[in-house]
Amino acid sequence: MKAFARLLDQLAFTPSRNAKLTLLREYLGHAPDPERGWALAALTGALRFDAKPGFIRKAAEARLDPQLFALSYDFVGDLAETVALVWPARPGANREPELPEVVEALRTASRREVPQLLERWLDALDAAGRWALLKLLTGGLRVGVSARLAKQALATLGDVPVGDIEEIWHSQEPPYGDLFAWLEKRSERPSADAPGRFRPVMLAQAIDEATDFARYDAADYAAEWKWDGIRVQAASEAGQRRLYSRTGEDIAAAFPDVMAALTFDGVIDGELLIFNKGHAAPFGDLQQRLNRKAADAKLMARFPAGIRTYDLLMDGAEDLRALPFAERRQRLEAFIAKLGSDRIDLSPLQPFASWDELAALRANPPEGDPQIAEGLMLKRWDSIYEPGRPKGPWFKWKRDPHLIDAVLMYAQRGHGKRSGYYSDYTFGVWREDANGDRSLTPVGKAYFGFTDEELKRLDKFVRDNTIARFGPVRSVRADKDFGLVLEIAFEGLQRSSRHKSGVAMRFPRVNRIRWDKPAREADELPTLERMLD
Amino acid sequence: MAGFRQLLRNTPEGLYCPPGDFHIDPVRPVPRAIITHGHSDHARSGHGAVLATPQTLAIMAARYGADFAEKSEAASYGQRVTRNAVEVTLMPAGHVLGSAQAVLRWKGMTAVISGDYKRRRDPTCPLFEPVPCNLFVSEATFGLPVFRFPDASDEVAKLLKSVSLFPERTHLVGAYALGKAQRIICLLREAGYQKTLYMHGAMDSMNALYQADGVSLGPLAPATGAAKNALPGEIVIAPPSAIADKWARRFADPIPAFASGWMMVRARARQRHVELPLVVSDHADWDELTETFTELKPEELWITHGSEEALLRWAALNDVSATALEIAGYEDEDE
Repeated sequence: MKAFARLLDQLAFTPSRNAKLTLLREYLGHAPDPERGWALAALTGALRFDAKPGFIRKAAEARLDPQLFALSYDFVGDLAETVALVWPARPGANREPELPEVVEALRTASRREVPQLLERWLDALDAAGRWALLKLLTGGLRVGVSARLAKQALATLGDVPVGDIEEIWHSQEPPYGDLFAWLEKRSERPSADAPGRFRPVMLAQAIDEATDFARYDAADYAAEWKWDGIRVQAASEAGQRRLYSRTGEDIAAAFPDVMAALTFDGVIDGELLIFNKGHAAPFGDLQQRLNRKAADAKLMARFPAGIRTYDLLMDGAEDLRALPFAERRQRLEAFIAKLGSDRIDLSPLQPFASWDELAALRANPPEGDPQIAEGLMLKRWDSIYEPGRPKGPWFKWKRDPHLIDAVLMYAQRGHGKRSGYYSDYTFGVWREDANGDRSLTPVGKAYFGFTDEELKRLDKFVRDNTIARFGPVRSVRADKDFGLVLEIAFEGLQRSSRHKSGVAMRFPRVNRIRWDKPAREADELPTLERMLD
Repeated sequence: MAGFRQLLRNTPEGLYCPPGDFHIDPVRPVPRAIITHGHSDHARSGHGAVLATPQTLAIMAARYGADFAEKSEAASYGQRVTRNAVEVTLMPAGHVLGSAQAVLRWKGMTAVISGDYKRRRDPTCPLFEPVPCNLFVSEATFGLPVFRFPDASDEVAKLLKSVSLFPERTHLVGAYALGKAQRIICLLREAGYQKTLYMHGAMDSMNALYQADGVSLGPLAPATGAAKNALPGEIVIAPPSAIADKWARRFADPIPAFASGWMMVRARARQRHVELPLVVSDHADWDELTETFTELKPEELWITHGSEEALLRWAALNDVSATALEIAGYEDEDE
């Protein structure tokens, strides 16, 4: 348990993705089987216990005066952490439990036995071990490790492409003995032959307008609109229905309405969208349904979800991935037509004769759904379905972002490499009140889009013009006579009741720093409101 | 007994002993002061006469200049000094170099003012010596049951493990310049780390004082003036305020570490952007505080600066007569 506890502890404090990878690889390479397998399962969410925190508190209060416990909880602010820290171990405790023992015991114990087990383990562990145990038990590790990152660590451990791991991931079960054996070259690669498993997705490169159009022939490419939802893969094979995000996370639980519509046999690739009478709704609507454990009928009725398909990977038992896009597309059209679902439709191709014509379409999309598309996708007619992000077969050509001039209002220090710099910027635009007085209202936050050199200048500006501090946040001078104008680029704008300004930006970043522009000439809120999706 | 308040009372300047006519760790200038240790909130300049251990006097002279007081008198550990009718003895407190408890004896009663203290071994200063007493005045910096510190050597092992795991990065350890920094250095040496340790300039004068007092620190070199992306794989020790600031940018993708008792609590570490919290404290933790009270069994316990509330509750549960004294002006040197 000690090594696992130490790993969780370090992961929780490490913001850098690379450092997290190093920590994971180190642990997975050194911990014994089956401990590392259970640890991997806990980190990727494949192992959950979801115990109610109430009994943990009760156990602690049976050991410690409730008033002392309350004072402690008040100071620490996290129940599991408080219990881990204050737990007064009884002398003569047992040997420290190992992770596999804990997992095995919890999987077989009755609800009545769990508190006794817990007490014994808490007595035997140190504070870090107790914290790890309690987090594992209550199902909230929250150490900033995605399943994708864990798979990446496995890939470096075995020196194999991450796609090879994703391909077999869903056919493997914790504690993943076969997987580790293969990564350590002790056995063959395990079979990926599991119905409903995830197929690693093919991704597009961003097009380089300056060079790519000269290099490629328009006739070789099909174009379709780039829908503003999330990429999903829906599998329905041998009675197994799955809905995966593009990194292979199973998101089925949040979308029972979509799951019910998977009445086919095959694997489709498409965009998860909210459908409003057959039309795509803006991303903000989809956001109401994302990152939930479940969805109730009311939410589903208000935001009905569906899939706009653009590729077919498996047609029944037939793997289409080695076929050219043109053929897959024909098969997809027939597949969707036969399905006849009001939740699963087809992303139409957009005919065009030349790059110039396509550019004009991108600038002025036709009426209907294309108006809220993020841009265009270009796919070579002869491209096979190749996992990863190969250069050449698929391109994305996003619409130009919205731009506004805003004024820097607050700054906060960044993490990792930027930990010494004020690199997170809250910016605002002018708003007029009933008396005609103008003041700045915050409309968003951006923390990238600038070079290291620009960051240094921005940091200096923040330090030189701080007017107040609130904990880690600095308030920067910003009024009609003085302030720094940031040109902010963003992808979309939504009404939001959570923001004071009433709007929320999608994907905001600093496009240019307008050292030259007076603050009073920055944009006003009504300008922004006209950009609402 | 005729009242401990005749011997010791709380005033705006700090604790005052009327029969001896002196203050202990006063927060404002006074005619006569006894100073328990050299941290700046306890040892201020501008007093008339100062009584302290030779090491504490040297620390004050290094920090404030030789004229930090009109007059100073050194008392070694265990040496008896008389102030009017009050006998004063300074005894080791185990906090930092020169730190002392002030033991006052008057009319058959003994009062011990702990200053800041810890009960653990520290290679840079002698161990706390318990003195039987009627009145014990204790600090309470970490007076909550959540603070039960691990072995400092385990924390240093964590640091060394991280150094071996990230050899391309600089480990930047925030540590208070008086006491914590030298303790970390000695712990690293005890763990077998013999390489040069790199120092922020603010560490120099205290390091020199410790070395002059016979504490061996091994090879040290200045970290300041280093080129960009400097000192990969090395350990740099700096004041806590420097580790997340401009100063830290010169190092190779630095990992900010912080050696403090507060690192016990995750939110505290996160607020300071610490990536490698090291729970190493020069104060008594909850167990050390309560075990000290149990061991000394004073008739009365006064609790000063820190979280008094939980200790008062402990005292009530354990039938110890306790009072909280609110002494303004003490800060925690770890913050």
